[in-house]
Amino acid sequence: MCDQTFLAITFGPCDSCSENRPLMNLYIKTEPINYCSLCMEIMACQGLASGETLKSLKAESETLRKKLEEERKKLHDVELEKVAEKAEALGELNMKTRRTLKGHGNKVLCMDWCKDKRRIVSSSQDGKVIVWDAFTTNKEHAVTMPTTWVMACAYAPSGCAIACGGLDNKCSVYPLSLDKDENLSAKKKSVAMHTNYLSGCTFTNSDMQILTSSGDGTSALWDVESGQLLQSFHGHSADVLTLDLAPSETGNTFVSGGSDKKANVWDLRSGQNVQSFDTHDSDINCVKYYPSGDAFASASDDSTCRLFDLRADREVSIYSKDSIIFGAASVDFSLSGRLLFAGYNDYTINVWDVLKGTRVAILFGHENRVSSLRVSPDGTAFCSGSWDNTLRIWA
Amino acid sequence: MARDMSDKEILQMELDQLKIEVSTTRTAVSVNCKETMEWVEAQTEGDPLIKGVSDDKNPYKGDKGGCIIT
Repeated sequence: MCDQTFLAITFGPCDSCSENRPLMNLYIKTEPINYCSLCMEIMACQGLASGETLKSLKAESETLRKKLEEERKKLHDVELEKVAEKAEALGELNMKTRRTLKGHGNKVLCMDWCKDKRRIVSSSQDGKVIVWDAFTTNKEHAVTMPTTWVMACAYAPSGCAIACGGLDNKCSVYPLSLDKDENLSAKKKSVAMHTNYLSGCTFTNSDMQILTSSGDGTSALWDVESGQLLQSFHGHSADVLTLDLAPSETGNTFVSGGSDKKANVWDLRSGQNVQSFDTHDSDINCVKYYPSGDAFASASDDSTCRLFDLRADREVSIYSKDSIIFGAASVDFSLSGRLLFAGYNDYTINVWDVLKGTRVAILFGHENRVSSLRVSPDGTAFCSGSWDNTLRIWA
Repeated sequence: MARDMSDKEILQMELDQLKIEVSTTRTAVSVNCKETMEWVEAQTEGDPLIKGVSDDKNPYKGDKGGCIIT
């Protein structure tokens, strides 16, 4: 005889795992609880131990994860490549290095464009942060940070300040003055304080707030003027290596990627992690929002770049080739979102067709790994910084 | 900070997160991809890296040498 049969009065979605199962009607202090037998047991075990045991937590986590997977699968009715078959094929791309910015004494780790589409700030391992004019290749400002490995730098939206940081665990803001003789280091303002290295920083829509990500596993939003912590974002279980803010029209979110192979989307105001993606096989080195704001791309040490759609809540495309075995360090989209530029550790830059998932070009030129890559604000060119101490502007 | 947390706390954090995520609204991939594609095609005309820019408008091109000796 089956000893697991019982008379189920109701059959329906369980309160706890939401699957359609025969429900065991239980009343706890006159509250009706409709759980399926699985969840009933889990709840009972949790009640017995004072606080949950690791095992029950893991079990609950597993069921939720499976459920999440199912929900996501339900919506995966077609591949992006299939939808893109109707799209026009791209013509021949003719991109070359147009400018080479030389002047850093050591590896270039990070760079950012100014909103005036002309200036670039770049930071390097030797602690120097240089502001260049991309058209003329002149250096406009140079600051020496009191730390080496300046891994993050950002230009303020107004173009009047730069923020940078690295192994000093801080993010410092330097207001840029037109007076060439003025010592920029004197005006330095320490804004963010983390407990481990600073991996990324960006200004929000104004000069007044900075978003930072750190090796201590958290990201944080700071007020520049007072240096106060406005919001902190916890959720990664390892170093946060990169972050990107959503394009202004689409709202107050940002995405971060870390060594725990996860990319998380956060709400700036509440500090809540709203979505999480963990399909990568290795550290995520760079994340970038799609120009429309509905998706983002990530570059990882597993040598692939992936496109994640936020509304479908899943990965929709992988940009990889068997011949690419080196990790990708940086990605950015072209203005229309049709092209994805990715810089790799094998010294090349691959250009991918976002919709069709194919590679359209390989750009050679750097003599060491490409550490950072950004398309200019008006889309006319993109700049890549490399461990060969130079930056190249391609157009 | 994640390093200082015990395994149990990390699991609890993951669990709370999953609970929130299970209830997010999602739309079908076919709908989204179609919208994305339409958006991209509309924007492609204005993308200088795809369509190219004439030499006189592009600040980076033209540097093709040539000095004028007077």
